[in-house]
Amino acid sequence: MALSQINAPIYEALRKFRRMRVVPFDVPGHKRGRGNMELTEFLGEDCMNVDVNSMKPLDNLCHPVSVIKDAEDLAAEAFHAANAFFMVGGTTSAVQSMIMYACKSGDKIIMPRNVHRSAINALILTGAVPVYVNPDVNNQLGIALGMSVSQVEQAIRENPDAKAVMVNNPTYYGICSDLRRITELAHAHNMLVLVDEAHGTHFYFGENFPVSAMDAGADIASVSMHKSGGSLTQSSFLVMGKAVNADYMRQIINLTQTTSASYLLLSSLDISRKRLALMGREIFAETVEMAEYARSEINSIGGYYAYSKELINGDSIFDFDVSKLSVYTLPVGLAGIEVYDYLRDEYDIQIEFGDIGNILAYISVGDRKRDIERLISALSEIKRRFGRSGADMLTQEYISPVVAEAPRTAFYAEKVSLPLDEAPGHVCSEFVMCYPPGIPILAPGELVTKEIIDYIRYAKEKGCQLTGTEDINIERLNVLV
Amino acid sequence: MELWFTERHTPNVKFSIKVDRQLYTGNSEFQRIDVFDSKEFGRFLTLDGYMMLTEKDEFIYHEMITHVPVAVHPNPKNILVIGAGDGGVIRELTRYPSVESIDLVEIDELVIEVCRKYLPSTACRLNDERVHIYYEDGVKFIRRCENKYDIIIVDSTDPFGPGEGLFTKEFYGSCFKALREDGIMVNQHESPFYDEDAAAMQRSHKRIVESFPISRVYQAHIPTYPSGHWLFGFASKKYHPVHDLNAAKWNLLGLKTKYYNTRLHAGAFCLPNYVEEMLRDVE
Repeated sequence: MALSQINAPIYEALRKFRRMRVVPFDVPGHKRGRGNMELTEFLGEDCMNVDVNSMKPLDNLCHPVSVIKDAEDLAAEAFHAANAFFMVGGTTSAVQSMIMYACKSGDKIIMPRNVHRSAINALILTGAVPVYVNPDVNNQLGIALGMSVSQVEQAIRENPDAKAVMVNNPTYYGICSDLRRITELAHAHNMLVLVDEAHGTHFYFGENFPVSAMDAGADIASVSMHKSGGSLTQSSFLVMGKAVNADYMRQIINLTQTTSASYLLLSSLDISRKRLALMGREIFAETVEMAEYARSEINSIGGYYAYSKELINGDSIFDFDVSKLSVYTLPVGLAGIEVYDYLRDEYDIQIEFGDIGNILAYISVGDRKRDIERLISALSEIKRRFGRSGADMLTQEYISPVVAEAPRTAFYAEKVSLPLDEAPGHVCSEFVMCYPPGIPILAPGELVTKEIIDYIRYAKEKGCQLTGTEDINIERLNVLV
Repeated sequence: MELWFTERHTPNVKFSIKVDRQLYTGNSEFQRIDVFDSKEFGRFLTLDGYMMLTEKDEFIYHEMITHVPVAVHPNPKNILVIGAGDGGVIRELTRYPSVESIDLVEIDELVIEVCRKYLPSTACRLNDERVHIYYEDGVKFIRRCENKYDIIIVDSTDPFGPGEGLFTKEFYGSCFKALREDGIMVNQHESPFYDEDAAAMQRSHKRIVESFPISRVYQAHIPTYPSGHWLFGFASKKYHPVHDLNAAKWNLLGLKTKYYNTRLHAGAFCLPNYVEEMLRDVE
């Protein structure tokens, strides 16, 4: 019988397998949880029962021939792709796989500088060389936007030997570049188009969202099913068009992917894909309704600016993802990270992130109307209790980097550790970023400037969680000798 | 045949009332609503299976949550009541001629409809011309109010389900903002007895203490609530609940009450040592 989107082959195989009551003399050693009762009581027997190893009835992620193959085919269909892979190492592994597919050592790749660290990590792994397109910056909000088509065009003209163009669709804040035109341009110059859709799963299933990578004709996309798609943390899809050699892609994925893929993650991808394929339209309509309601209520508080499609400028903000609830906080005299901390410490509300000027609350179908009311009221109270005049606030979120070395060269080069104040003028050999959002302030190979050090100090002072450096306290920076 | 209503007060303790007959059952957008009739307690209302009120002992709750703040405030004119779809608080408030306006905010329209039909003993004054009913989430309603009310009475259900938002700091902060400079907020404050109720009680007390300059707790005995020992919160911008009570003035009004009197008013703020300790722990 032919499979359709109502099927979830991995999930169905696991249910069947559970009924077979097979005696396990294989790994995992907890043996359906019996060997680790405390863990079983914590996670539940049902969960431990399906934490099993690859075997004939359950297929093998490294070399899928039966139920995983079927599930991947259904996923490809759901994402309008020629092929899809289940990824169990997070969207990080998907981003790295698509870059490793496109680029070998020394190959150039055109990308916006506000990529996630996973993309620059891939450059260290492969030795590919980035050609950064500086994203446009909205001076009012201080956030990095999408890439303008003319800047991409210029980068392509100046680097006709580049192998690929990478695009965020959308950015963490919900901003989309003109993916269709960038794809046309790249293809006209024989470059692959790689899309980081960590925040764009819903584009494939909802209505009136920005165009998805596959629909725009892009070649490969990394899709975080575990964000708006509802699967378990760390599970993700890599989807690709006809022009991509899927068998070679599998080899690339297998270079770094585990050989013991978790069936908890795989089944969660399978079930979530089915759910979105069947009900995604209603699910995301509800999500957008909640986000729109929250936006209008937050804007009526005054001071806060919950932005949306009015930002669209036809180029670097070609489209906006209205399911995102991004709020600009500086007019109430508080940095985004301060509002983020107040929400958690004072009101027991955890949001996705706060940076210098913005917060992002992640809205999904799991939210309840009354929780949205709490979030809005808490923001209103934070303004009343802690609001200040907006003076003395650093607004700049994005500083254009000066790239002195390729990331891989800088990362592996001989280096010396300097106190932050002595670092300006040197070339950095490591990352510095606030996490989340995980977009590097400094990446390996970039010139350290006083402006960047000031920014790092300001972010630290405001309470951003900084990561990336070898020095866990971010007091010192590794720079090239 | 025996038909019993049973509510679990803790995982190990149950409370049961023999039911004569069920008068109503229905589901609203928010919760399941039931009304039963019983020999011992008369009619009683439950939401999602939790006891809200019985005809026999509702007077204790409604008198204590209403008369305490009204007796302290020297001139209560504008009053906001949140929750309270059964109308019991409204019944008590409308006995004061000096009260000019009562806004009632109830999230669930069906609760009011059912109470009007099956519980006329509490819902009897919902048609008073001073009463304005808003079917809205209390958290949302209060957010837009500023310097408006003399007294706010928070007659909430428990801190899970639709009433959850009425136990949050953002809500108490919004109430502070919505009150006039000498305003008083009184709230249903859970019980100190069973562990889980006590933890909820401490959590909400902590949040109120952080939101108001004066915050005291008083008690009453309510037989059909878990453990029977129930607390109310008295939070205020200016008036002390006992020192600022003008007993003579209240007694001159000549209101006939079954539970409340001005001697009991002062006494209700004297708490058992273990409760005082719990409150101190979070102050």
